[in-house]
Amino acid sequence: MDGVQYVAKNMRLDLRLIAEMIPHDARVLDIGCGDGALIEYLAREKRADARGIEIDMAQVTKAVSAGLAVIHGDADNDLAFYPDGAFDYVVLSRTLQAVEKPREVLRQLLRIGRYAIVSFPNFGHWQMRWRLLWGGQMPDTETWNRPWYETPNIHPCTITDFTTLCALDGYAVERWLAVDEQGLKAPWRRSLRLANLFGEQALFMLRRIGPGV
Amino acid sequence: MRPNKDLVRVLWTNVNGMRANPPSPRAKRPNQCPPPARHGCAGWGGGLNPTSMSQTIAPLPEVAHQAAIFPDGLALDCGAVVAPLTVAYRTYGTLNAAGSNALLICHALTGDQYVAENHPITGKPGWWENIIGPGKPLDTDRYFLVCANVLGGCMGSTGPRSEMTDAAGRGLGRPWGTDFPSVTIRDMVRAQKRLMEKLGINRWLAVIGGSMGGMQVLEWAATYPEAVYAAAPIATAAHHSAQNIAFHEVGRAAIHSDPDWQGGRYWEADIIPAKGLSVARMVAHITYLSEKALTRKFGRRLRGASALTFLEDVFEVESYLRHQGSTFVRRFDANSYLTITRAMDFFDLAAEHEGDLAAAFRGTATRFFVASFNSDWLFPTSESRTLVRALNMAAANVSFVEIDSDKGHDAFLLEEPDFHRALGGFLAGCAERLGV
Repeated sequence: MDGVQYVAKNMRLDLRLIAEMIPHDARVLDIGCGDGALIEYLAREKRADARGIEIDMAQVTKAVSAGLAVIHGDADNDLAFYPDGAFDYVVLSRTLQAVEKPREVLRQLLRIGRYAIVSFPNFGHWQMRWRLLWGGQMPDTETWNRPWYETPNIHPCTITDFTTLCALDGYAVERWLAVDEQGLKAPWRRSLRLANLFGEQALFMLRRIGPGV
Repeated sequence: MRPNKDLVRVLWTNVNGMRANPPSPRAKRPNQCPPPARHGCAGWGGGLNPTSMSQTIAPLPEVAHQAAIFPDGLALDCGAVVAPLTVAYRTYGTLNAAGSNALLICHALTGDQYVAENHPITGKPGWWENIIGPGKPLDTDRYFLVCANVLGGCMGSTGPRSEMTDAAGRGLGRPWGTDFPSVTIRDMVRAQKRLMEKLGINRWLAVIGGSMGGMQVLEWAATYPEAVYAAAPIATAAHHSAQNIAFHEVGRAAIHSDPDWQGGRYWEADIIPAKGLSVARMVAHITYLSEKALTRKFGRRLRGASALTFLEDVFEVESYLRHQGSTFVRRFDANSYLTITRAMDFFDLAAEHEGDLAAAFRGTATRFFVASFNSDWLFPTSESRTLVRALNMAAANVSFVEIDSDKGHDAFLLEEPDFHRALGGFLAGCAERLGV
């Protein structure tokens, strides 16, 4: 089982947090799966039926070459083709802020999956507020490190923005975590308001409410 | 295991030799007939212009092909029964004790079963030899590979060049020619299924093929899902597009318009419609390449001339195409070409399932590897994406790569490291899951 440890050790910390949330034998779709580190881990370690979608062709080739079920595609255009309830968990990691239609993508996630695990960089972090307030310019931080004219992150949001949309569209928040840039859990686990101020990354597990679950 | 035990060596019978004779008992057919001497092809150089040539080309030389014979024949989609059914095939590697390491390779329109060895007629290396062999993506140390000549083909399997038979399977002493019944991709697959049973294989580890081979892969997965653990349709589509049909029709029209075609009965005069078949190949060959590949290979370079004239084939691309056409007619039968192009045109997997492509795969446990090439305009990526989306709709397990290549449709046959790595990795993953 050396391979598994290798993967786990080299997996991004936020992916490890996500992996911890997913039980054994689940059907999982990882959107924006990169080279497939998470689905490889889930398939080997948790016997998951894990699949991926990735937009970067080089990453897709790498993942498929490793024997993973990854397709070339993107969150905006390819989710509509999956049947309702096809997966137990659908993962969208650090991608929501870069999609064309975040609300529609969320709707699709919770249509094709029983649970959606979504992580995104929190635009409400105090450093962002401070830089905007003090410098009067778009923030330039470790997380938001591309100038406004070339950033792929076209739909940034704060943790509060996100929970507001979840309430509006009727998604139950099962679990949430605020984490720092390295993916370590941050201590503000009780208060969303504090998390919105001090959490660099947010990680949510959502559940579809209503029939058909 | 020993596939050779069931092996029957069929000698390809020279149907031309039978034409003047009354129907003869099958057993008394000559084993091997040399090509008629008066039609020696030595005089026809590869660079010659087929449209100006006056001499005729010898019909295909007679070659013995390894084959399995099924006396009860095969019932076709069109309602006809061809009996006996002969399936010519080749194998590479060794079937393991569990019978779990068998791969079926499906060849394209003008391919054949000689996938990883020198061709018995042309002497050229196998058409996929670059990825088959010890240590290669289709590793013959690990897998047992089977490749069969398609039904309707001309390399030993039952087709228009075979001796025509009546309903009882009795030989009529003449080739089928244009009387050969219409076949479908599904008929081809059914013939391969018979071979599979004869070889003692219960499930393919994977069925793999590009272009028309990919159509067979899809048909396998849809018709015999339990017999296909993994499927690799490459540079293909779930139906033949109107544009593809149109190009095929140009090729068929070229054959039909060759006076030597003689309404399909060219075998009566021991000739072949070389001009028409060659033009058909030239047209088709253009569709296999990208504009960029043609430019890279030939540009506007002239051949043996420094200035344009209006008399000769001075552009290199012209002589290249003519060479492709002229070499092709020595290894392919015109009536086979007509039969197989028709089968491709008929192919529409969604239509076989009330117009719902996803229904063809619903509930499938087969794992899919779909690959396309971004410069392939004959089977463009959009076709593969349609297929992938249908597979997703059917909740199938799919991998999909679009390979960056400027080589056009032919890329699947050529040196494409990313493609080979992806296909090899997919297969290795499947083999690992099955403990192969």
